[in-house]
Amino acid sequence: MESLYQFGKYILMLKSLFVRPERKAMYWTETLRQMHQIGVDSMVIVFIISFFIGAVSAVQFAYNLSTTITPMYFVGYVVKESMILEFAPTVTSLILAGKVGSNVASELGTMRLTEQIDALEIMGVNTTAYLVGPKLAAAVTMIPLLVVFAAAIGIWGGMLAGAASGYVSTTEYIQGALSWFVPLNTYIMMIKAVVFSFLIVSISCFKGYYARGGALEIGKASTQAVVLSCITVLVSDYLIAWLML
Amino acid sequence: MITLSGVRKSFNDVEVLKGIDTVFEPGKVNLIIGKSGSGKTVLIKCTVGLMKPTAGKILFEGADYVAMDTNEKKVIRRELGMLFQGNALFDSKTVEENVRFPLDMFTHMPLSEKRDRVNEVLKRVNLIDANHKLPSEISGGMQKRVGIARAIVMTPKYLFCDEPNSGLDPQTSIVIDELIKELTNEYNMTTIVNTHDMNTVIGSGDKILFLHQGEKHWEGDKKSLFETDNKELMDFIFASDFLKEARNAKLASFRNK
Repeated sequence: MESLYQFGKYILMLKSLFVRPERKAMYWTETLRQMHQIGVDSMVIVFIISFFIGAVSAVQFAYNLSTTITPMYFVGYVVKESMILEFAPTVTSLILAGKVGSNVASELGTMRLTEQIDALEIMGVNTTAYLVGPKLAAAVTMIPLLVVFAAAIGIWGGMLAGAASGYVSTTEYIQGALSWFVPLNTYIMMIKAVVFSFLIVSISCFKGYYARGGALEIGKASTQAVVLSCITVLVSDYLIAWLML
Repeated sequence: MITLSGVRKSFNDVEVLKGIDTVFEPGKVNLIIGKSGSGKTVLIKCTVGLMKPTAGKILFEGADYVAMDTNEKKVIRRELGMLFQGNALFDSKTVEENVRFPLDMFTHMPLSEKRDRVNEVLKRVNLIDANHKLPSEISGGMQKRVGIARAIVMTPKYLFCDEPNSGLDPQTSIVIDELIKELTNEYNMTTIVNTHDMNTVIGSGDKILFLHQGEKHWEGDKKSLFETDNKELMDFIFASDFLKEARNAKLASFRNK
């Protein structure tokens, strides 16, 4: 019953975002600030993790192929497909659920605790629209870009690691990576990125915005935001794969 | 003028406000006093619309605020200024950006005009050369001044202050009280201050509303405060022997006059 109540509250929060902004310029400025915080500030962590996922995938797959008659350029193909279809959207989103999700939930929770949200309410600002709207807009713009970036870095990382390990040459790897390109997989990657980014930020905003109590509750809200975001990302990953493949 | 009529508020069957009737007049500092847990903050939150009363009416110049729809409430809210207990300044914004925020959000003034207005109110609250500092870089007293500057930047008709002296030393508290009093007269605002600071009560109480266990227990001005024989109020205000002696001395001086 409580879960149903919380879900209803979450839907009402989303509904309250669709109002006319008091001043468009203020919302736009806030969106740009969030785009920097969510997107640009996450580039380093996404780069590091994607690079090593690509590298490890390439080395491990090449190792498995080394005892078979399968041509080595398959390494490039498999790394490309796994990065595009799964690793880039899902792993990047799981990382961002931790980084962005906890950040958003604790920021809004602290604003609630220190009465900053009340101050905005008193001024006559629609607080959900002003605080949640720009974060959501920034996330659904920047996270898909980060996912494309992650896919590219992962494929590149696989190429470097494959060559360094001596299993697969750069030429063979590129040959594999350019083979059997399926456009649908790229669409699926982008759909996943948009859905996951929406889930991560909307859930985290919900947990932070409605946080009550003290520092302990903000910590709890932040943890719940990350856990719930990760679970919904994984469930929706399965549903998208099931529906689209 | 704000009129409260039979305002009640309950939380899970616990009645925190038990039918409050009062009038807050313009150009006066109206104080709400009472022990912790007496319902002061709930009353102020109901009045500004952060909480919805369970029953009763809150009339701003005769218009029922509780019955208004969101858009009508927004019109009233643009005429409200509020100073929060913890100041509620936006951490990521500088002093100037904090004070300018309502102007940025609700006016179409050019930036130069907004800056002039911000500087004018910052000067009025005696805060100079702090425009580019973050709230974390200034003292508690200065943060209060920024909070007051932000509350008055839109020249509100109503100013609400929730425990304006909490966390301040006695000297700074008096300065803040005087500032609130001066601004109330200057802008002819209806000012409502929630406090349990006795200096504020004795110094600024044009009108005092004493809440006890969620009920209006006493109402009057600072002069009648010294003459009342309301036991709960006396126990609350003149809690120490020192304050009791001060009361007797003040009472004697009133009688001599």
